[in-house]
Amino acid sequence: MYRSQRLALKYLTAAMVLFGVMVLFGAISATYYINPSFLLNTFNFNTAKILHIDTLILWHLMGFFGAVYWFLPVDTGQEVEGIALGEVMFWIFCLVIAVVAVVFIFVQYGSSTEFSLWFINQGRKYVEAPRWAAVAVVIVGVVFAYNVVASGIKSTRRSGILIVLILDLIPLLVLYLDAFPAMTNMSQDLFWWWWLVHLWVEATWEVLIGCIMAWTLMELLGASRRVVESWLYVEVALVLGTGILGLGHHYFWIGTPRYWLGVGGFFSALEPLPLLGMVIHAIYDAGRHRMQTGNRPAFYWMLAEAFGNFLGAGVWGFMMTLPQINLYSHGTQWTASHAHFAFWGAYSCGIFAVIYLALEKSRKSAGLDGWAWKWSFALLNVGLLGMVGGLLVAGMDQAFFERALGGSTWSAFIALQHRPWYIEGMWSRFGFGLIFAAGYIILMYDMLRISKGKKGEATIEPREAAA
Amino acid sequence: MDEHPSEKVTAHNSYTTDSRFWRAGAIAATLFMSAVLAILTVDSLKAIGPGGSHVPMYAVINHHIGYEYDTDKHECVPEVGGEELLFGQRYDETQAAQLIAKGKLVIQSRACMGCHTFFGNGAYYAPDLTKAWLDPLWMTYPAQKRGAAIINFLINPFHVGYHVMPNLHIDHEEAQAVVAYLKWMSAVDTNGFPDCAGRNPAK
Repeated sequence: MYRSQRLALKYLTAAMVLFGVMVLFGAISATYYINPSFLLNTFNFNTAKILHIDTLILWHLMGFFGAVYWFLPVDTGQEVEGIALGEVMFWIFCLVIAVVAVVFIFVQYGSSTEFSLWFINQGRKYVEAPRWAAVAVVIVGVVFAYNVVASGIKSTRRSGILIVLILDLIPLLVLYLDAFPAMTNMSQDLFWWWWLVHLWVEATWEVLIGCIMAWTLMELLGASRRVVESWLYVEVALVLGTGILGLGHHYFWIGTPRYWLGVGGFFSALEPLPLLGMVIHAIYDAGRHRMQTGNRPAFYWMLAEAFGNFLGAGVWGFMMTLPQINLYSHGTQWTASHAHFAFWGAYSCGIFAVIYLALEKSRKSAGLDGWAWKWSFALLNVGLLGMVGGLLVAGMDQAFFERALGGSTWSAFIALQHRPWYIEGMWSRFGFGLIFAAGYIILMYDMLRISKGKKGEATIEPREAAA
Repeated sequence: MDEHPSEKVTAHNSYTTDSRFWRAGAIAATLFMSAVLAILTVDSLKAIGPGGSHVPMYAVINHHIGYEYDTDKHECVPEVGGEELLFGQRYDETQAAQLIAKGKLVIQSRACMGCHTFFGNGAYYAPDLTKAWLDPLWMTYPAQKRGAAIINFLINPFHVGYHVMPNLHIDHEEAQAVVAYLKWMSAVDTNGFPDCAGRNPAK
């Protein structure tokens, strides 16, 4: 096993732990919705919610890093360049996250000074981490990029997947620099903030997971590199061809010119296309290999990834993206329904597939199949769909009654909190959230069980295609 | 770049099975869309700067601001009226910009977006603040007293129906800055968001 792959296992472990922290603070956040005086003035909703969504970003990021450190040496056929530095960065990354979490939990917020932004909380959604921590994340990201790029330069075997990954890392890192500014003008602030959020989640991350899934398909099903790479290029063309100007669906209402209604509406309506392509790709490959795989958990999570991405990001996104409906659905629980489904389908399921694959390759003796992965798969997906459904009901109620009929006033917002559909939606989200949490516990049990098996020693070579 | 061994394409394959064809498509699509985005960005930044076509100067806080139904556009648009001083004080553009910058610092340091939305962006636990200055709840106060009423709420939050806002230890100066921020923001042209039909039906 390569050193890089041992680092990958560390990253994937950290990702799963952070996933648990996200679930915990998600459950706490859901509690406020059914009991608004819960922990009031002690631990307010915003702190719980910040911890929920920031760990969401971080565990996926760590999962991506882990996946790349796992596949990169296999792809280039040699150890990753500068891996020692990468190993140091892992511990720095963990330490930074721990310190930020402690500050969020115990300090929560500061006074209106630059000091607060540097050391306590930046108060910008998803990038609340104080600036010092954002600087640390940039350094970790630069070292990660160095590992990938230097390995690519050194290797004589540069695959198309690796080239796409290297090119993707450039905008990924540059866009993160938008985690620092504190512009007075909210329109300008949100304009650039969406470059970071949208062009990460709906563009560069999609390409990154595309690369990771391409490697996964080759390992898992022995899919042909030529076919997988062609699909990756098609996906990049469609994801970036629709997603770059799909950014416009965030520019409908922030003070930006009116032409964004047309540009954003049109291109974001096309955004499901690449996701549909991924479903076709997955079905094609699964059928071609007659659903035969030695790693059923990874295989099923990969299928969940394909369908979840299309439904959660594609269909749920399309449902609310045209400006005529977005005028009412924007900024409601409907958005939260879409966000939960999209992250799950587009990214989470893919990372679980990679983890099961890495466990199979690194631990030789333990059996992969069993009751635990099936129960965790079922509970997590049922729990997630239940949460998504509950939030959708609450969100549609909010869009129609608070926004459209109620005129978006504060009193309409308050009246909404007493409406049965909204209340039922919130209880439903809470209940299914607990089912989801049970699925997480079983998933962790299963992964830990497999990881305790005998460690594999041999270097893993990709199963080249017999396509 | 060395070609990966498995990238070789046999002669009988058509161009659609040649990954290089799709690679060219990916590069072309990305470059073209990025170029269009760059052009639209340059144009949009002009519109959203203070004093641009959609975003007012900061000194707009010295004026009455309304959100009225425009029968031509069929949506509500912000309307800037005559002088209506905030806290009985007339701010020049620099002073207003400083006050509003302070307001933004309060908004970020207290993580307001962890519960509220601004232009619909943020969290969905508490009301949207895009037109908070013009909300009927505060419109019940005469214009001269509205600022003071919101300040009082920010410093000592009270129950608004089911919900109560936590006490975030906002002092008087900070609360003033937030009120100025909300008043300025209510004058931003948001293409009709939030829809005002419920509060001001077009009849």
